[in-house]
Amino acid sequence: MKAGTNLERVLEAGQFAVTAEIGPPKGGSAKVIASKGEMLAHAADAFNVTDNQTAVVRMCSLSACGILKQLGLDPVMQMLCRDKNRIGLQSDVLGAVALGIGNLLCLTGDHVKFGNHPSSKIVFDIDSVQLIAAVKMMRDEGLFISGEEIAGPTPMFIGAVENPYADPFEFRTTRLAKKVKAGADFIQTQAIFDVGKFARWMKEICDRGLDEQVHILAGIIPVKAVGMARYMRDYVSGVEIPDEMIQRLEGAKDVQEEGIQIILEIIEEVKLIPGVHGVHIQAVGWEKIVPEIVERAGLLPRPMM
Amino acid sequence: MKSITAQKPLDELLENLGKAKMLFVVGCGTCPTVLGTGGVEQVSSLAEELRKKGKQVKGSMVLPVACEPLPLDARREFISSVKGAEAVLVMSCAYGVRAVADYLEIPVLPALNTLFVGREVGPGVFVEECSQCGDCVLALTGGICPITMCAKSLFNGPCGGSVAGKCEINTEVPCGWQLIIDRLATLGRLSQLEEIIPFHNWSTSPAGGPRRYSIE
Repeated sequence: MKAGTNLERVLEAGQFAVTAEIGPPKGGSAKVIASKGEMLAHAADAFNVTDNQTAVVRMCSLSACGILKQLGLDPVMQMLCRDKNRIGLQSDVLGAVALGIGNLLCLTGDHVKFGNHPSSKIVFDIDSVQLIAAVKMMRDEGLFISGEEIAGPTPMFIGAVENPYADPFEFRTTRLAKKVKAGADFIQTQAIFDVGKFARWMKEICDRGLDEQVHILAGIIPVKAVGMARYMRDYVSGVEIPDEMIQRLEGAKDVQEEGIQIILEIIEEVKLIPGVHGVHIQAVGWEKIVPEIVERAGLLPRPMM
Repeated sequence: MKSITAQKPLDELLENLGKAKMLFVVGCGTCPTVLGTGGVEQVSSLAEELRKKGKQVKGSMVLPVACEPLPLDARREFISSVKGAEAVLVMSCAYGVRAVADYLEIPVLPALNTLFVGREVGPGVFVEECSQCGDCVLALTGGICPITMCAKSLFNGPCGGSVAGKCEINTEVPCGWQLIIDRLATLGRLSQLEEIIPFHNWSTSPAGGPRRYSIE
């Protein structure tokens, strides 16, 4: 065991894992985080807290994960390279260790252009692949990037993300391989809507034997409105929503129910794809639907590890 | 290679000038002349705009190369033409502004924003290809700089925002990592992409403090 977190134990036991995303508030209320955590507690193995997602200022991931940890949940702390240099990032890793947070998801981060402070200075001292390598070095060698020794252990289960739909498609497997080489223990993908394309990517992953080295969690975004689906298709880069899916939502009497139905079908299909070890449900602003989806997908009760 | 500039909004110039009424306008015969941001024409039209806003423009001059030191005689002549002005507006990159400021003891203000050092890749089209970080990585990336050409300066890109060869920040902007991958493919060196590019040394960049160089 690398960190012995619930997520790591579920995955290592060969169980199909479920993680759920919790978006922190645009304010300092611990209650908001705690109530989302309590609402989702029984429905997932770990709870993934975003780090100023889409470059919009929110409560920091470290504090929100600390609150979830106090509730006895297993948090996954997201960490971006956009807002902090290597000093700040490594310091946050130590802060996470101090709070008992054992899962870390290393990402690049959206460009500030898309957020609520578009004139701010982006940092990108290191990138996500280098961040993964840094955390691995902290954990396995007990060293900072500088080569200086860390006082005490840094147990971390290291996560990374990959977008099977971004271009160039043929390079996406190489990039994932790079993240695995850097030290990723699990991978969360961009939301899957086009299951066929995802399956082709997964086949490349398996052909390279990467599925034996890393746990892949398929990203799932429940869609509750036609407008949301169109928006994601047209404006969120790297999200591909097939036209038939949009037509299906347009023709539905109960769009929300149809959206859930679509997601349940996607979960059913990705479960069968070799190398997929779980799902990561990102119900952006609609967290309360997660328990229902997990239940209807036949993924309850969650294993007690 | 040219220092790329663009004119500041007139309102900003007026705000920076404050109460200074008597002005002198300087242009540059090199990059700003080629770019049409600080040549003879732009200097006279800025003088005209300033007069319309109630300023007096005592005179103007387009220096051959604003960033290079003027010979002594020319410097004396320049200083005497400026005499009586309360402020000078310089239509050049920041280096020209700095050089002119060295000759005078009145406020010397930029009329242009200095954008980047660019190479002309087509008639009148300039692109930024180097951020002058002081620790060149071109050998690792097919000769295309990821710090400059990738919007996130990723060393191990591309990120998830690369779509059809373009960057997510703007569909007009090519994805720097797509350019790198294409170039490495041409060179038959795609295997280079399997290697993790290590942590960059930023101490030689502006992050390490102001830089200086002297010829031994």
